[in-house]
Amino acid sequence: MSIPAAVAHVEQSATTDAVVEVRGICKKYGEVEALRNIDLDFPRGKLTTLLGPSGCGKTTLLKIIAGLIEPTSGEVRVSGRPVSGPGPERAFVFQDFALMPWATVMRNVAFGLELKGMGKAERQAIASKYIAEVGLSGFEDKYPHELSGGMRQRVGLARAFAVNAEVLLLDEPFSAVDEQNRRKFQEDLLRLVEKERKTFIFVTHSIEEAVYVSDRIVLLSRRPGRVSQIIEPKIDRTASPDAIRRDQGYLDTVEEIWQGLKHYVD
Amino acid sequence: MTIYGYRVPMMASLIVWCLIWELVGQSGVMFLIPPLSSILASAVTMVQTQTWQAAALITLHSFVIGMALAILVGVTLGVLMGRFKAVDDLFGIWVNIFVSAPLSALVPVLMILFGMGETTVIVTVFLFAVWIIVLDTRAGIRHVPTSLIEMGRSYGASPFALYSKIVLLAALPEILAGIRLGLVRGVKGVVIGQLLVSIIGYGELFELYSRSFDMENFWALTIILFAAAMLMSAAIEHIEKKVEYYAGVR
Repeated sequence: MSIPAAVAHVEQSATTDAVVEVRGICKKYGEVEALRNIDLDFPRGKLTTLLGPSGCGKTTLLKIIAGLIEPTSGEVRVSGRPVSGPGPERAFVFQDFALMPWATVMRNVAFGLELKGMGKAERQAIASKYIAEVGLSGFEDKYPHELSGGMRQRVGLARAFAVNAEVLLLDEPFSAVDEQNRRKFQEDLLRLVEKERKTFIFVTHSIEEAVYVSDRIVLLSRRPGRVSQIIEPKIDRTASPDAIRRDQGYLDTVEEIWQGLKHYVD
Repeated sequence: MTIYGYRVPMMASLIVWCLIWELVGQSGVMFLIPPLSSILASAVTMVQTQTWQAAALITLHSFVIGMALAILVGVTLGVLMGRFKAVDDLFGIWVNIFVSAPLSALVPVLMILFGMGETTVIVTVFLFAVWIIVLDTRAGIRHVPTSLIEMGRSYGASPFALYSKIVLLAALPEILAGIRLGLVRGVKGVVIGQLLVSIIGYGELFELYSRSFDMENFWALTIILFAAAMLMSAAIEHIEKKVEYYAGVR
């Protein structure tokens, strides 16, 4: 890739305040090498996207950071401490929502707090706040199968916010949501990123989505996954959503990433 | 079903068969089939007798203990087989053999092991019911979405919470189906156990009535047993439907 200067610059600024540090992560499934020597820093308060062709190991990397998958070698540090499993400082949003079908929206959102042993009144108060935050007020007593795909993922997002983790890990959260809802959801996510001041690590295979929501985009190459490029879109996020989607910087970045990824597509 | 525009209730076919039975019984062609009305009449008098009540209690006692053990062991083994490959490899073959084996043939062997008393009957109920519960539980556990388990782990569920709050509930529809099928097999088990082994409880009454060709009481006994089995099965099915409703999206 051809922009080493930009990469060097990013690495330097990131080391100053990285919440999540990934060092020399390799992952092999038997003979298949999924990830090779990944070194990455995820700066505090930013939304970083892992983007790449399918099968590049981006979800694997996210799950290694979450502590759900053991790396073959290498280390993940969160706030300076090495981690070897899931922890309360990281919350996960799943591609297929992972909601409990037998539980109401309220119980699903409060479930992380329930597992921590928090009392019912207290956890429901917190859950109510985040149910409102994601725009699901009035749906507290509904069951997941009574909600649309987009609404279900809002429940998943509220659950992740409710545990008040420093880092939110989102695994292709909008891929099972229809196009219209996805756009609305992306706009809401930007608002929540702004409001909650947390560190987001986001996995997607959609270039437009990555450019639209990210402060920083990490491009992964095809298997074995390696970091091929890091891009920081220069987009004025104070503009309206529609203006952003027509912004020259937005369109240029989409084009730049497409040029970088094109040769992976047969 | 509608006939000439009238909606026929669900149980109508049963009434037709009851009528046919009554007619055959009244005609007196076969002494094995007395009229249904006299069977029902003897059922009413039978349930009031000391003998029947004692027999029903003994039978219920063996059945409940055997089923409780079968559910406990069946669900536990099913969960372990669903979650751990080593356990699955170790027990899989036996469960699959026993689920389809003619278990009645084993009852005399059980008699040697456990004696002529209630223990053998309980073991028979257990052996008839447990395997299908194991298989269905295992299938249910296998179907629990990986992401639900990952969700539990990532939000800090202890192993106990992971099973009690997520895995078992997610597999509940299949577990209940297993228990329902197990109940029906357990009813067979209790009667076969009592008939073949100890000639106590319901088995003793069956033996008594069939030997003396007391067909009214024999059929009354059978109908009561069938009705009890169907009621239990329907009760579980009712719970199953409720659970499936909530588990609609998986």
